Amino acid sequence: MSGARTVGELDFATYFSLLNLYADYAVVVDSADWARWPEFFTEDGRYRLQPRENYEQGLPLCLLALESQAMIRDRVFGVKETMYHDPYYQRHIVGTPRVLAVEGERILAEANYAVIRTKLDGESTVFNAGFYRDEIVTTPGGLRFASRLCVYDSEMIANSLIYPI
Amino acid sequence: MDDASRVFPRDPHWRGPDSSRVPFWAYTRDDLYREELERFFYKGHWCYIGLEAEVPNPGDFRRSAVGERSVILVRDMDGAINVVENVCSHRGVRFCRERHGNRKDFLCPYHQWNFDLKGNLQGVPFRRGVKQDGKVNGGMPSDFRVEDHGLTKLKVAVRNGVVFASFDHDVEPLEDFLGPVILRYFDRVFDGRGLKVLGYRRQRIPGNWKLMQENIKDPYHPGLLHTWFSTFGLWRADNRSELKMDARHRHAAMISTRGTGGKVAEVVSGVDSFKEHMQLNDPRLLDIVPEPWWGGPTAVMTTIFPSLIIQQQVNSVSMRHIQPNGHGSFDFVWTHFAFDDDDEAMVQRRLIQANLFGPAGFVSADDGEVIEWSQESFEQKPYHRTLLEMGGRDTEDADHMVTETLIRGMYAYWREVMGETA
Repeated sequence: MSGARTVGELDFATYFSLLNLYADYAVVVDSADWARWPEFFTEDGRYRLQPRENYEQGLPLCLLALESQAMIRDRVFGVKETMYHDPYYQRHIVGTPRVLAVEGERILAEANYAVIRTKLDGESTVFNAGFYRDEIVTTPGGLRFASRLCVYDSEMIANSLIYPI
Repeated sequence: MDDASRVFPRDPHWRGPDSSRVPFWAYTRDDLYREELERFFYKGHWCYIGLEAEVPNPGDFRRSAVGERSVILVRDMDGAINVVENVCSHRGVRFCRERHGNRKDFLCPYHQWNFDLKGNLQGVPFRRGVKQDGKVNGGMPSDFRVEDHGLTKLKVAVRNGVVFASFDHDVEPLEDFLGPVILRYFDRVFDGRGLKVLGYRRQRIPGNWKLMQENIKDPYHPGLLHTWFSTFGLWRADNRSELKMDARHRHAAMISTRGTGGKVAEVVSGVDSFKEHMQLNDPRLLDIVPEPWWGGPTAVMTTIFPSLIIQQQVNSVSMRHIQPNGHGSFDFVWTHFAFDDDDEAMVQRRLIQANLFGPAGFVSADDGEVIEWSQESFEQKPYHRTLLEMGGRDTEDADHMVTETLIRGMYAYWREVMGETA
């Protein structure tokens, strides 16, 4: 493929931007600043949250399958305006991204994550643990997700999952 | 002292002639919960196990549950469907640990007892003892017969690809258990077409298992709790609808035809969840395409007591399996599926509409939340009771959804089976 680079040739400036993308994403989804969440995606970017059992069996069902930035905005509206739920804090602990491949302007990368949930008056518990598998593209506005797939080990959801992972 | 003045009643009885007030202790007592497991899940009832499509080939198995008990759905080498209990007949080991797979037989690792896929015990190591220094050490007694020590085999009923089972071999036929009215709605979804499993979703809801049956026997809440239903007219009080039960009021179908939504003052004024100006940024979330087999209604939610909810809400279809684990908690396992004759666009449509349902669903996430909040109160004041008087105090079928008749029907049946009669 023209312009293909090996992982080793990823320049540090790009890798540094990638680190920032992961860090900024975690800050936004933990801060309740949901309106900024869709901005991490390209216009046709996809967000998928999938239990590991489906992923490993090749079954397509996700817990959430948001097929565009517009659909991700619909989820934000749901979280903010339409879903009655127990309020909670969440805290993402995201590992260092591992670059799998670089294809032109496209980076394939993955990282482990754990999300700790704290309900008001409750203890902090590990709510969702898994890995991100991402397709990241360069846009005039910086790096964006063309696809973010979150595959979670915590298949038995502790009642409900409202906020973005 | 009467129950009302005692927070933790010592000798509680359900008083009153009808089932319009459910005592909080019906959701909190461990002794009652154990009786429920026995009388509803282990005797006299068919429980949901899974879909034939989950075990298409000989040797395929998948773990499931009846009440609290672990069972295995397995297709044997003859192609027949069996359901056996996941308890080794020797020392009780829950031997099958994988969730699914393919096997020629089942092996308990502890003492290597092994069973064929119908649950028959095949062999016992050292059954005839071990020869050493010219004598035979140990071995099973001479009257030990492998035929007597198979796995517990459940009675199995398969209807159009859906597998039910019962520990009670005297249970009535599945078709009689469902009754003609509910059978019709069952066959509406499962008419013999091949099914394609799309995947699973699991959630542990900290509430009594009956609350989930109630939730899907309660047409009063969806147009109020769920913004998507009230705003887009998917399910609300001005929809044309019918509520039907079997003769014993244990199963039910909530049948509804989508209205046009919008601002009809009578049904949305003062309703917090109604969002007059809400529009979807991506209309694919509600890209509804009517299907011929619907036969009119856009949604039919069927509750099969005690363990199953069959969901058809526009193009999204799923089985929701109730697996209790204590009086105050149950696992809720969703199996979404498509039909073999769906084209790719319809499969995608079902997958996208699945965003409305499940533990993170735009609609269903709220149901788990309110169940948790009800249970919290039940635990604190078991002498108290819920109030189920919308639409009256009777247990008749209805041609509208402004009623709690289906929940009253279920509790009339519950009182009868549990011996909590006036």
